[in-house]
Amino acid sequence: MKFRVIISLLLFSIGCLFIIGAAKDDSYGTYNPSYLQIKVPKGWPIPARNYFINNRLTEQGFQLGKKLFYDSRLSKDREVSCASCHQPFGSFATFDHDLSHGVANTFTTRNAPALMNLAWMNSFHWDGGINHLEVQPLGPLTAHNEMGQTLDSVIIILKADTAYKRMFKAAFGDANITSQRMLRAFAQFTGSLITSNSKYDRVMNGLDTFSNFEKNGYRHFKANCSGCHKEPLFTDNSFRNNGISLNRFKDVGRQQVTGVASDSLKFKVPSLRNLTLTYPYMHDGRIFSVPQVVDHYLAKTQAPHPGMDSLLQKPIQLSKLQKNELVYFLYTLTDTSFTKSKRFGPDGPVYFKH
Amino acid sequence: MIKGSIIPWLAALCLAFALHSTAFGQPKKSQVLIKFRHEANGKPLVMQDSAYQSAFGEAYQLTKLKYYVSDLKLHKPKTAHTEKSIYLIDIAGQDSVLMDVAPGTYKALTFTLGVDSLFNCSGAQEGPLDPLNGMFWSWNSGYVFFKMEGYSSSSTADLQRIEQHIGGYLGSHKASADIVLPLQEPLIVEASGMKTIAITMDLDKYWKGKNEIRIASTALIMVPGALAIKSAQNFPGMFSIKGVK
Repeated sequence: MKFRVIISLLLFSIGCLFIIGAAKDDSYGTYNPSYLQIKVPKGWPIPARNYFINNRLTEQGFQLGKKLFYDSRLSKDREVSCASCHQPFGSFATFDHDLSHGVANTFTTRNAPALMNLAWMNSFHWDGGINHLEVQPLGPLTAHNEMGQTLDSVIIILKADTAYKRMFKAAFGDANITSQRMLRAFAQFTGSLITSNSKYDRVMNGLDTFSNFEKNGYRHFKANCSGCHKEPLFTDNSFRNNGISLNRFKDVGRQQVTGVASDSLKFKVPSLRNLTLTYPYMHDGRIFSVPQVVDHYLAKTQAPHPGMDSLLQKPIQLSKLQKNELVYFLYTLTDTSFTKSKRFGPDGPVYFKH
Repeated sequence: MIKGSIIPWLAALCLAFALHSTAFGQPKKSQVLIKFRHEANGKPLVMQDSAYQSAFGEAYQLTKLKYYVSDLKLHKPKTAHTEKSIYLIDIAGQDSVLMDVAPGTYKALTFTLGVDSLFNCSGAQEGPLDPLNGMFWSWNSGYVFFKMEGYSSSSTADLQRIEQHIGGYLGSHKASADIVLPLQEPLIVEASGMKTIAITMDLDKYWKGKNEIRIASTALIMVPGALAIKSAQNFPGMFSIKGVK
């Protein structure tokens, strides 16, 4: 009997050791994920694609993605982070810059798009070349005129940092740092950047009212703009030629990705949300103000040509007053609770090199 | 007394584990090793060796050659053994694949040079598909299926480079190629036996196969599209089985 007890105690302790071994503290903290879900704002469609099906959204993954997003040490000169060009106060676009800067005083050839409501997008970049939220960071991390880094170097930098090891463990279960985990953490942060609290949203939810001016502007918007800038996201995510001329970089937009000649000068329809903060406008930031953008579409400015989108073949007719009303409506699309959000903003002071 | 009554169960469990590891832990698997060899001008292809020229007399040397092999299948007359994994064959790295197969007689080997469209558009992947392997386009998502880099005095590109980055998974840009290799004699794999199939990739047939690719005019192919398709159409002719043992 005594022998049996000893044996069973022995087996029991081996079992315990095994269990402890599996969950042993490797000094990188614990793994205790708090699961999150993308909250679909009232009246919005369910995202067409679920980017989090293989990448379950957690608070820990979000926080890791946020740290990566604001970390300029990931770039070649250690001075450019994602947030350098996607600034929280500019609705995650580059405030007041036509083209954004990369490492070593380089310029990009396009205007940094605002990062907002990405979970509702099927493709990324002005030409839609990127087909999944997770693989988007590969472009800016490695482009010579953005962060100028190699993917290998980024992983080496992360692996050398104990704080990252702890955060990878908290987010993914162990301290192993891989490109897949890094890209998934980025996606957890960027995919969570939802802006849905503008005056427009409050009016739609019955919590506020438009002024008469704004109300008239909304009518003009629905009559002339909503074909492409579809509510409530204010984009239909399509690629269209809005009559913009070929720029000095010979940027043909969508054609670069599809190789199809009829896609020449087609660019992604950007969302109009937070547009007061995302200026300048167009893929190369060539237009600096909202009234000038409206002018671009007015009959007096441009005669339609065959390459232009079918919805623009009949030029928009607006009186001066109507144009101002439209602009005032567009100003109601700004959500400062998004741009001032502590959750989305950096945790500490961040130096934006720009 | 309760503890005592657990003992036989624990003992049985231990015995089961022990039996399991002796019966199946040292598996008597049947295996086929598939080796990829690379040659040009009838000689083994060596990186940074300038001893090669294309069928059009264009001298070249290579610095990199890697490609994805997926959907690897060994065919019996009616059924086939399919390997689900994707392999990155790299002349400077892994150049063989070990398959666990059922014993039997096999007639043909087929595989796809390329990566299934699903993996091209489902976000960040790992293992052979990890973007760290340098086979994923960062500006136009999708995998480079076949990457060959080097130099040629016939190249008009910067530094006389050759860069053949062949890929594309969408519609008319689809650049993956199905490679079908019949076995001259049936391959008999015995229980717990191991066989080796040596596949040779002949680079001469890349430059001159179904289509002609001249370094002087197409030293660089770096996007999906017509040129990539032209190259991909040469892939099936490049592979042959040079030995089974």
